[in-house]
Amino acid sequence: MMDGRDSVRYRAFTRRTALLSGGTLGLFALLSGRMFQLSVLQREQFATLAEDNRVNLQLLAPRRGRVYDRFGVELAKTSQNFRVLLIPEQAKNIRATLERVAELIPLSAPRIQRVLRDVREGKAFNPVLVAEGLDWNDFAKININTPELAGIEPDMGELRSYPFGPWLSHVLGYVSGITDKDVAREPELLSLPGFRVGRSGVERAADDALRGKPGAAQVEVNAHGRVIRELSRREGTVGQDVVLGLDMEVQKLTQEKLAGQSGSVIVMDVKTGAIISIVSAPGYDPNAFTTTVTSALWKQLNDDPLKPLLNKAITGMYPPGSTFKPVVALAALASGRMSPTARVHCSGATSLGSHVFHCWRKGGHGSMDMHLAIKNSCDVYFYECARRTGIDEIAKMCHKFGLGQTYGLEIPGEKSGLVPNPEWKQRARKDIWRDGDTYNVGIGQGALLTTPLQLCVMAARLANGGKAVIPHVIRSFGGVERVMPPPEDMGLDPAHVAIVHSGMDAVTNQGGTGARSRIGIEGFEMAGKTGTAQVRRLTADLRGRSADSIPWQFRDHALFIAFAPVVEPRYAISVVVEHGGGGSKTAAPIAKDIMTLVAQRDPARQPLFVPPARIEPAPEAKA
Amino acid sequence: MPMNDHFGPTGRELRFKDKLRVMNWTLVALITSVCCIGFALLYSVAGGSFDPWAERQIVRFGVGISIMLAIALIDIRTWFALAYPIYGVSLLLLTAVEFVGRTGKGAERWIDIGPLQLQPSELMKIALVLALSRFLHGILLEDVSRPTRLIPALLLVMIPAGLVLIQPNLGTTTILVAGGLGLIFLAGLSWKIILPVVALGVAAVPLGWEFALKDYQKQRVYTFLEPDRDPLGAGYNILQSKIALGSGGLFGKGFGEGTQSRLNFLPEKQTDFIFTVLGEEFGLFGLLILMGLYLAILAQGVTVALDTRSQFGRLVAMGICLNFLLYILINTAMSMGLIPVVGIPLPLVSYGGTALLTVLIGFGMLLSVQIHRGVDIPRSAANLI
Repeated sequence: MMDGRDSVRYRAFTRRTALLSGGTLGLFALLSGRMFQLSVLQREQFATLAEDNRVNLQLLAPRRGRVYDRFGVELAKTSQNFRVLLIPEQAKNIRATLERVAELIPLSAPRIQRVLRDVREGKAFNPVLVAEGLDWNDFAKININTPELAGIEPDMGELRSYPFGPWLSHVLGYVSGITDKDVAREPELLSLPGFRVGRSGVERAADDALRGKPGAAQVEVNAHGRVIRELSRREGTVGQDVVLGLDMEVQKLTQEKLAGQSGSVIVMDVKTGAIISIVSAPGYDPNAFTTTVTSALWKQLNDDPLKPLLNKAITGMYPPGSTFKPVVALAALASGRMSPTARVHCSGATSLGSHVFHCWRKGGHGSMDMHLAIKNSCDVYFYECARRTGIDEIAKMCHKFGLGQTYGLEIPGEKSGLVPNPEWKQRARKDIWRDGDTYNVGIGQGALLTTPLQLCVMAARLANGGKAVIPHVIRSFGGVERVMPPPEDMGLDPAHVAIVHSGMDAVTNQGGTGARSRIGIEGFEMAGKTGTAQVRRLTADLRGRSADSIPWQFRDHALFIAFAPVVEPRYAISVVVEHGGGGSKTAAPIAKDIMTLVAQRDPARQPLFVPPARIEPAPEAKA
Repeated sequence: MPMNDHFGPTGRELRFKDKLRVMNWTLVALITSVCCIGFALLYSVAGGSFDPWAERQIVRFGVGISIMLAIALIDIRTWFALAYPIYGVSLLLLTAVEFVGRTGKGAERWIDIGPLQLQPSELMKIALVLALSRFLHGILLEDVSRPTRLIPALLLVMIPAGLVLIQPNLGTTTILVAGGLGLIFLAGLSWKIILPVVALGVAAVPLGWEFALKDYQKQRVYTFLEPDRDPLGAGYNILQSKIALGSGGLFGKGFGEGTQSRLNFLPEKQTDFIFTVLGEEFGLFGLLILMGLYLAILAQGVTVALDTRSQFGRLVAMGICLNFLLYILINTAMSMGLIPVVGIPLPLVSYGGTALLTVLIGFGMLLSVQIHRGVDIPRSAANLI
């Protein structure tokens, strides 16, 4: 029942309720003020922050430039890589899905394990690579079955491929995925999915040009960084195409000729220094390096006694042997201490103090002048020649011919070899220079070391009459031909050059040491010089034994340098066959076959291929 | 005995049909409107899909509103009679949950009611309002401040609050304590007690900081005071919420266009931070509409309280209103970075069955008070257990 006491407390209740309601209204006003502050006064600031959250700039990997030979044969191409990706968060049962995929395309059990591991370690929305390098058939099978393969995404990526594989491994090198080191140097690489960097050869040397400029896409991302959609994009610039001076046909023949051997061949245009063929045999398949190299393959390549991973053409260092004699002859002539007509008698050996220096020909050559000494490669003549000329004059001539130096070839890794002189010996061996050292250098032995590339440059500079051409493999970038500075003149007397040329002509064309390798094409005769480099000091019991009876690793290196045609030479070649026995037997015939092909094709006189302009969209933005 | 004062019929003669006619349908409509805003937002944050949130929330609402109407139709004297038993059961469940919780059966913290679940701590919010209202119903104004009456009243509040605090559930504790003290205040606690206690409370804040708060709770406060200090860590929620609200501007980015929520920058977007989604998509305009609806609901509640004959009914109505108000204040202030992050949903809007059911049961009680507002309950009835 309502009574007075109730009325009192009802009135109190009403007052307090009113007070509370007033307070509530005040708090609501405060909250509304805060809303106003956030959404009106600070709107600009927060709108910008929201946009920053939402929009990411994503770099788009540009297509890598192609590499062509001088006639337009594609040597390194960027081809479609048919891949299968798995987006873990979209798959219902990852293992079951992968097993279903394995029914459609070849997918090994270890590969499935690997994918499962990647899934565990990665984020659920980041695609994981299941398989790549699929052929069209397998790729189509996946495509047809995508409706029942939740989470599986067929994808076309970019794959660098080398159609000629091992034939060009040392020239082109290869590309591979970015490493932590690359990222440390160029952090932006991290945002280029699937980007590959040139690792060796032309791929590395011309990496900047081949790469192109990355494009960029504005993409909307969610809080986990997953791309929701693309808002806008700016196309990148595709990488520049690179044209090499190589003639792939010559390169192929060279490779065939060196099959099963360990050695190098280089063919060069003596006027420009453009390399027409450069082979280090055996090669390796660079295609295996663009994805992950298996440790088995790595071990196999490393353990191979023929050292396929070494680019012997520029890193192999050999005593030049008798191929060096033309340089000694020119040094002698230039020094004026040896007349071309002066005769030296070769009895098969000469003595210096208590030491006997042998000629390669046991019975000796008899009386030799310079022409005959080059033709017959008489060691005794060149001992004498070197003795009279002295090491300093010989070393000076070596440097003119580009020995003991590198040329900045667009294939990284050149070695400079060694041109010894008294200062070097004092420094390196703590010993004085003796006449015997000069004797040894006179026949291209001793401490003298050259690379096959240097031998070819030497041959080219002999051939062109003393023009210091610089070797190079890249002829054009993005269709623009490189302008090479005219080679310096080495200051040789043309008369001296003519004497050496005639001697080298006689080697192959007048019954000299390379007579069996004569090229019978009129107007394209080849002049050359054989050489045999001792691998170790021959002991008496090995001397005179036939090469075949000596274990492979103790056999001499076979060398040959040559140029053609004899008149107005255009091409120079150097051939080194490791443990090949004698230069005339093993190296010169290879040069003959190659130069015969060169004569037919005459690549230096053909117009240089101009790659077509390419306008291709960059690949789509990817999460 | 016929009653002819402005409080209306005493209720003995109310028939089912009359109850339906008398019921405050405006309040029911307002509640439904707010829930509909919730459905729309849940549809939007799911990327324009009823699945997974909107659909289930609609079903829960259907069940919840039926329970609300059923409770509304039950006589207020029944609720008066059941107040202590309900409180007792709730306290028992709360203790049991503590016990079972410690032995590691987390699933038993819930009571299933069809598609809805009820936590004892949620049930306690209603039970406390009922029990405290009944207790205060029997006390004269001048007796409210007497220790013999005040201390039992405070115990009614503090025992469950303490049990919830050690769960630990700071949000529910706050609502229990603030709601309970609010009811004692409304019952007429003397200012002579209120003012010194408030002063003492302010002075005790540093002590409480030092001894009462757990490290993660302190961390929340630090983060609140300076959210930019660690924008990707602890300050992330507050910062992203402010960004979403602020970037909405006056009229918002449009329905389904909220980038912050759609792209998952916003944490707990479907539950505790749904207010932010509203702000991002509908701007200040949308926020003010919702706040207006809330105010209208509260106004209806206060009107019911002032129009009710029994002190019990009045206190129950205001207790429900206080709970509802606290939900709103805590959630919106948290979303706007005014107070530290506390796990309190936005009532009737946030996704989640428990909170929705609690609020709807509360409004059921409120409506029961409203329908039976003329019913007289003698002061002495409070003394009978």
